[in-house]
Amino acid sequence: MMNRYFERNSGEREVTGLNMSSLPDLIFTVLFFFMIVTHMRDVDLKVNYEVPQGTELQKLEHKGSIVSIYVGRLQSGNGDFAIQLNNEVATVDDIKDFLAEERSRMTHEDQARMTVSIKADRDVPMGMIADIKHALQQDFALKISYSATEKGNNVTKN
Amino acid sequence: MFKRRRKEVPGLNTTSTADISFMLLVFFLVTSSMDTDKGLPRQLPPPEDNTQEEEVEIKERNVLELELDANDRLTLNGEPADYDELTRRVAEFVANKNDDSSLPEKSDREVHLFGRIRVSDRHVITVKTNRNTTYNAYFEMQNAIVKGYYQLRNELAKRQFGHSYARCSQEQRDAIALVYPQRISEAMPVEEEGGEE
Repeated sequence: MMNRYFERNSGEREVTGLNMSSLPDLIFTVLFFFMIVTHMRDVDLKVNYEVPQGTELQKLEHKGSIVSIYVGRLQSGNGDFAIQLNNEVATVDDIKDFLAEERSRMTHEDQARMTVSIKADRDVPMGMIADIKHALQQDFALKISYSATEKGNNVTKN
Repeated sequence: MFKRRRKEVPGLNTTSTADISFMLLVFFLVTSSMDTDKGLPRQLPPPEDNTQEEEVEIKERNVLELELDANDRLTLNGEPADYDELTRRVAEFVANKNDDSSLPEKSDREVHLFGRIRVSDRHVITVKTNRNTTYNAYFEMQNAIVKGYYQLRNELAKRQFGHSYARCSQEQRDAIALVYPQRISEAMPVEEEGGEE
């Protein structure tokens, strides 16, 4: 401290400017990282849902082959349970058309491994889930996944 | 005619590159949702043909009956149980280590990577739900069942391959799945006036 005080007083030393030339590169690196890991939220949620917690979960791979069905309480209105496909609230009967549309958008590879991720609220009655499952079954969308979050105090899988 | 003048190429002013990339960075930070979708994968059976409905007679020893009623109470072969117990019972039921005559039959099969091995391919876990059962209870039950299977598969992987099921290759997993196949049969939820609100 003494030393610094001393130097300042002597006055002659110029503060060297920080070399900023590599800053854009650094930021670009971070930027690319985020561009790669990110996937845009492409739906506006019309329903509120809180997925259950589990311990035996698996990550869903191949983003392109995942189709999501949301089931939860309507944000507007009386808070009834409803199904959301894409951006609008729908009924079980719409699932068939929805799947056909999603399938036409996919590549052949993705069509074969298409997985339907059911994002449903904890309190949804099973009747509704069963109807959805039945509709999926009729349309040969047989790979499904019950979306969930990892339980906090889970046993580590060794 | 043209006099070539040595012109200095003016340096590109790059001071704002940092700002521009910062803007992009902030944009991606805001729009990105890092959450990778996780879930409990399940395979649905293909739609059944109504034309040829055959009642398959299954021996009682091969069946484990699960039921969730409208108030989310779980019963296991008619007796109330909790999810931890369910996991334990599933593992015990599927493995049938001591060839108990009240637990499922097993058969000898040739399995790739294992050779001849006792395979538990006769058992069936039947799941009954009510239309008013909550999804959460159903999910917990599914989770508990999968956990039971996972324990067995993990055990087998360690014994046979020397490492856990999570580190098995696809080939090894397929082989293990043949030894302990997941045989779960779900009935459409029943509509009954059982649940008081």
